Amino acid sequence: MILKTRIIAVFILIASLLIGYFNYYSEVNMDSSIAKPFKLGLDLNGGTHLVYRADLSKIDKSEVNDSMNALRDVIEKRVNIFGVSEPIVQIEHSNIFSSKGAEEKLIVELPGVTNIDEAIKSIGETPFLDFRILTSEDMTALEAKNLSDEERTAEIKNLLKDTGITGRMLSKAQLIFNQTTNEPAVSLVFNKEGKDLFAKVTKENIGNIIGIFLDDQPISLPVVRDQILDGKAEITGSFDVKTAQELVRNLNYGALPVPIELISTQSVGASLGHNAVNGGIKAGILSIIVIAIFLIIWYRLPGIVAVISLGVYTAIMLLLFKLIPVTLTAAGIAGFILSIGMAVDANILIFERMKEELRRGRGIWDAMHEGFARAWLSIRDSNTSSIITGAILYFFGSTSIVTGFALVFLIGVIVSMFTAITASRIFLYALAPKDTNRMGRFLVSNGFTRININK
Amino acid sequence: MFVVKYRKIFYTISTLLIIGSFIAMAIWGLNPGIDFKGGSIIEIEYSESRPVQADLTSSLLPLALRESVRPTGDTGYIIRMRNINQDEKIQLNSILSSFGTSTEKRFDSIGPVLGSEALRKSIVSIILVILAIVLFIAFAFRHVSEPVKSWKYGLIAIVALMHDVLIPTGVFAVLGHFKGYEIDTLFVTALLVVLGFSVHDTIVVFDRVRENLKNAEGRKPFDLIVGESISQTFIRSINTSLTTLFALLVLYFIGGESTQHFSLVLIIGIIAGTYSSIFLGSPLLITVWKWQDGRGKK
Repeated sequence: MILKTRIIAVFILIASLLIGYFNYYSEVNMDSSIAKPFKLGLDLNGGTHLVYRADLSKIDKSEVNDSMNALRDVIEKRVNIFGVSEPIVQIEHSNIFSSKGAEEKLIVELPGVTNIDEAIKSIGETPFLDFRILTSEDMTALEAKNLSDEERTAEIKNLLKDTGITGRMLSKAQLIFNQTTNEPAVSLVFNKEGKDLFAKVTKENIGNIIGIFLDDQPISLPVVRDQILDGKAEITGSFDVKTAQELVRNLNYGALPVPIELISTQSVGASLGHNAVNGGIKAGILSIIVIAIFLIIWYRLPGIVAVISLGVYTAIMLLLFKLIPVTLTAAGIAGFILSIGMAVDANILIFERMKEELRRGRGIWDAMHEGFARAWLSIRDSNTSSIITGAILYFFGSTSIVTGFALVFLIGVIVSMFTAITASRIFLYALAPKDTNRMGRFLVSNGFTRININK
Repeated sequence: MFVVKYRKIFYTISTLLIIGSFIAMAIWGLNPGIDFKGGSIIEIEYSESRPVQADLTSSLLPLALRESVRPTGDTGYIIRMRNINQDEKIQLNSILSSFGTSTEKRFDSIGPVLGSEALRKSIVSIILVILAIVLFIAFAFRHVSEPVKSWKYGLIAIVALMHDVLIPTGVFAVLGHFKGYEIDTLFVTALLVVLGFSVHDTIVVFDRVRENLKNAEGRKPFDLIVGESISQTFIRSINTSLTTLFALLVLYFIGGESTQHFSLVLIIGIIAGTYSSIFLGSPLLITVWKWQDGRGKK
């Protein structure tokens, strides 16, 4: 029996060491195939977190979901242009706690970037793209007037006629290079509606100028040479690569399906985040050391067992952080350190109970069994209340800070129940002295039991 | 058991602390952070030396930010202001960088809509946690009805819990007035954890009362059983709090600025929680039992 327990104990120990080694190896060797670094939140890695409120007052209730999805897609396209690695764009639907003014929100997370004020500004802009026609007669008349550049631009604006074609009908714009001249150009692809309208307009206006306007400013004034039936167009001109890219970007921007308003910005510089990580790691290691010293001095052999199962606990937690993966924040690390304290509690409950049974005159083995069996109810009930708290915080938490904390705390409480009950018990059974002699009593007891607080 | 014998002294200490907390909250109020009231905060660090504060504030005048500027570190400032939009942010940055090369270490801006939403969610989660815990305790102790009914255990746990949450809140009212400590979502989270801990601690003692009641089978008076239960769980309560406090003290001193106030709330709350589970919660069981007894005799 004892041999079997010892084999299981050694097995758990080796498994934990392997997990620990994996945690370390997958963090340090970024090139290897099993590299799996911790996922750090914006507050630790640096980055920007934006919350937009969508104004859905003019949208029919049944179309809210579609509008939000369309909005997300547009914003995603815009964000991708900034070249941010792994941006997150997600919808936060309204729930019972939302205020009336903020039914639907859009969360944008840009990891690693903080200095993008202009970019942030352009995410929320709603550029309006449209196509207008300038007849060749008007153009010839205009050229004859010999106006200055400024007057000419103003005059052109007056002469233009709306076509009804807008950015809403564009499905894609792309940067291409002319195959013969190798000059940059912009290709446009219209959607079904745009394709039909574009065919009609180009048929009626061969030889005229079709002006492409963004926010009422002309960005390109190509001449229509032929009717275009396939809904594809190409804007050529004296582009360099950069202006062509800008045009593509502006065209892809299109218009937002619903107006949005920035209601929260949070950005953390990488250096501040780096300090927080270092502080968190230092605090974690130091608190484990302090707790370990305290446990071993106070509880002796069981104390050593508690420290080993604390090691098992830490290894499993770090593994879960990597595998789930849990996005670690400063609050999450605090939650983890706090959960170390809670993980020890179960051990303390068991060991105190064990000592009590020893004092009642039981042998070491009996006392151990009784200690585990009787402490279980307390551990179960007290941890259940912690799980309830953690779950409520996780599901109803007001900010990502709170939910980040709650998730780590929740996982911590559940894992600690396992390590305290299972791992501690197996280690203690494997190590405990067989005989209830003086030495045995010394190992599992401590020097403070004689304090009588019953007076 | 001295705890039971002198329980009135311990009640007095708790009552005084709670009254003190209420007075602090009434006089100074709590200092809400931008999480709840909306607003912006920027932390900036100059690479060489920071400008004179008066120069900085006067150059910010045209933006009408209603700002408060506080130096941080050797060459930095933390500026709190009203909620600003992205255009104003760009203007702010150009003013700040006109004093020399600077890095923006942190910028938070929260609109009033989001702020009030966070406040509402925080209140709702506190109420939900309290409700869930009363129900849970009433359920876990459902087999205990003599001599004190199980729902009364739940109510007493709530009294202990209020005590543990009010004291750190009172301390933060004082710190908010004198040192500008703010109440933010992290503070509320800390309170909720204190709340969880408090109940955790109280349940451990109640659990022992439950077990001893069962073993005694009515042969021992209730106050003796409670006294025994307290002394049996006394060392456990102290030791668990100590280990948690070790972790929190380490976090407070070297864990970094962002979680420092958070750990302070927890340190105060857990000390209060340990006190209440030993000196308040369980003795209250006896007080409730005596009240019932008194009524029964009349």
